[in-house]
Amino acid sequence: MGGAVFRRLSLSIGAAALAASLAVPAARAELIGDAEKGKKLFAQCKGCHQVGKGAKDRIGPHLNGIFGRQAGVHEGFAYSAAMERMSNDGLVWTFETLDAYIDNPRALVSKTRMSYPGMKDEQQRADLLAYLRTFSDNPANIPEAEPTATGTDHDLDPAILALEGDPEYGEYLATECLTCHQADGSAEGIPSITRWPEEDFVVAMHAYKNKLRPHPVMQMMAGRLSNEEIAALAAYFKDLDG
Amino acid sequence: MTIDRRTFIGTGALAAASLAAPAVLAQGSPRPRVVVIGGGAGGATAARYIAKDSKGEIDVTLVDPTRTYFTCFFSNLYIGGFKELDDIGHTYGSLAADYGVNVLHDWAVEVDRDARTVTLAGGGTLGYDKLILSPGIDFVDGSVPGWDITQQNRMPHSWKAGSQTQLLKAQIEAMPEGGLFAMVAPPNPYRCPPGPYERVSMVAHVLKQMNPTAKILIADPKPKFSKQALFEEGWQKHYGGMVEWIGPDFGGNNVSVNPAEMTIDIDGMVETVDVCNVIPAQKAGRIAEMAGLTDDSGFCQIVPATMQSRMDEDVHVLGDATNAGDMPKSGFSANSQAKVAAMAVRGALTGSKVFPAKFSNTCWSLIDSDDGIKVGATYEATEEKIAKVDGFISQTGEDSATRKATYEESEGWYSGITADMFG
Repeated sequence: MGGAVFRRLSLSIGAAALAASLAVPAARAELIGDAEKGKKLFAQCKGCHQVGKGAKDRIGPHLNGIFGRQAGVHEGFAYSAAMERMSNDGLVWTFETLDAYIDNPRALVSKTRMSYPGMKDEQQRADLLAYLRTFSDNPANIPEAEPTATGTDHDLDPAILALEGDPEYGEYLATECLTCHQADGSAEGIPSITRWPEEDFVVAMHAYKNKLRPHPVMQMMAGRLSNEEIAALAAYFKDLDG
Repeated sequence: MTIDRRTFIGTGALAAASLAAPAVLAQGSPRPRVVVIGGGAGGATAARYIAKDSKGEIDVTLVDPTRTYFTCFFSNLYIGGFKELDDIGHTYGSLAADYGVNVLHDWAVEVDRDARTVTLAGGGTLGYDKLILSPGIDFVDGSVPGWDITQQNRMPHSWKAGSQTQLLKAQIEAMPEGGLFAMVAPPNPYRCPPGPYERVSMVAHVLKQMNPTAKILIADPKPKFSKQALFEEGWQKHYGGMVEWIGPDFGGNNVSVNPAEMTIDIDGMVETVDVCNVIPAQKAGRIAEMAGLTDDSGFCQIVPATMQSRMDEDVHVLGDATNAGDMPKSGFSANSQAKVAAMAVRGALTGSKVFPAKFSNTCWSLIDSDDGIKVGATYEATEEKIAKVDGFISQTGEDSATRKATYEESEGWYSGITADMFG
C-alpha cells in the first residue's frame, strides 16, 4: 500500500513536472482567444471529433467538457495504449496541455492515434481553445447547436453501410494497409487507422474510392476494393489493438 | 520441355490438391516446417506472418548471415545525411522472442529439392515442407568491364546496404574540392528502379554543402529511367549544373572502368574520377541459381497467385530474385509478395483460408530536403504474370507542401514496413 501511495505520488510529481515544462511565459498564457475564429478553425478537427449538444465519440472522443478532464479516461472510448499511458502518468487537459498537444500531438503523446500534424500558430491555438472552452466551463450548459462532426455527412448508399464485414478477410486485406499504417495505431507521417468506428472507416474509404478525398495512394488502394472488402477492413480495424 | 516434379505449372486444381493433403502428415513430423532463406523485406515478412498467423502450428526457421540487417531502402538517405546508419539497421530479436521464429545466422549453401533439405555453411542441414527463397540479388560477372567484386572497395556498388554504404559515404565526403563522382548505372531489370537517381540526388545534396564545385557524372545504358522527369526537374532546381547524365545515345551503354587507375571510359572518352559507384547488372541471389530455380534471365519464374516457383511447387520465391511481371524490384514489392506467399503456405500446410492474391507497391524517393516524390501501383495475379491494375506518380511542378508531405509519408512508411518485417 505504501508502495502504491509512493507510486501515485511520484506520478503526480511527474505530472507536475510535465505541466511545469509545458508552462509558458506569462505573456503567452494570457493570449486571448477568439471563440468565433476558433469555431472556423475547428473545421480541421471535425473529421474526427464532435463537440456540442448530442456530440458523440467518433474516430476521436467528443470534446464536451474536455477542460479539466483527465486524459484518456472518458468512458466508452477506446484510447490508444499511448494515451492510456499518459493518463496513468497523470496527464490532465488544461489550457497548457491542450495547447501543447494541438501544437504537436506526437511531441506530447508519442504514438498517439491522433493523426493531426499540429497547429503551429499560437494565436490560432488560443482561438481554437477559446471555442472548445465554451463547451467546457459549465458542461451542463452546452450551447444549443448541432453536433459538428462531418463523419456522417455523406451520401453513401445505406446498403453499403449496412454490409457486414468479414474480419478474417479483413485481416488478410489489412496486411496491405499495414505496410504503411502502423498496427499499434501511432501516426507518424501516415495517419492512424485503428479502432475507427466502422461507419467512419467505410465512409472514408468510399470517399477515396470515389476520388472525393484527394490522396493518390489511397485513391489507388481504395479504388480496387469492393464494397465487401471495405466492410471487411472496417470490421478488422475496428478492434485492432496493436 | 518435359513436365516432371521439377517443372510445376501452377493451376487452381493443383493448388487445391496440395491444400487438401498437407505434405507434413505423411512424414509424421509434429509440425510442418518452413525454412526461409534471406531475412530482408521478403523473407523477414514471410517468416513473421507465417509464424504469427499459424499461431505456433508451423515451425518457421529463418536463415540469414547478418545479425544486423541494413535496409537498402533509405540507405541513400543515410548517404545524404538524412538518416543515421543505426536508423536503417534492424535485428531479428523480436522475430525470435515474440513470434517464435528460429533465427539462424548462417549461409544457405545448398538446396536439395528432391530431399527437401537446405545445407548451411556452418554444417547443419534443415529439412522443410515448404521453402521460401528470398535471397535478393547478386551481380552479373563481367557486366561492367574492368570491375569485379574484388574491386568493391575501390569502386563500391553499395547496392547491398551496410559497410558498402558507409564506404561510399566516406569516399564522397573525402572528395577533393571540385572533384568528380561517377556512377555506372545498371541495365534493367535491377533492384530499386529509382534508386540510382535518388542516390545521385543525395550525393548532390552532400556535395552542394561540402564541395559545391564538384561534379556528378552518370553513365547509363538505359534510354530512360524511373521518375526521370521528376528527378531531372529536381536536379535542375536544387543542383543546377552539377549533374550530367549520359544515356546510350552518347555512349552510356559502352562503359568500362579501371579501378587501379581510378578512371572510367565512356565510349572512348576517359575520365579520371575521385569516386566511382559501379552498380553492375543483376541476377537472383546465388542460392536461387544453385537450387536450379533460375532461368536464362537470371531470375526465378513464379506462379503469380502464390509466388511458388514455376519449377517446384514446394518452393516460393520472393522479391528481387523473381521475375514478378509488372512489379518492380523493391522492398515494398517483396513485403507485398511475402504476405501472398505466407497465406498460400499456411493454406497448404494447415488448411487455413486462402484469399485472392493482391499486390501493391509504392516507391518514395528524396531529391532534396523535404522534396519527396513517389510512384506506385496495384497489381493482380493473372495466369501468366503479376499484372498492373492501376497506378500513380508524383507530378512535376508540385508545391513544396505536397513534396514535404510526401517525404513525411515515406518516413511513416519506413516505420510501418520495418515493423511489418521485424515485429
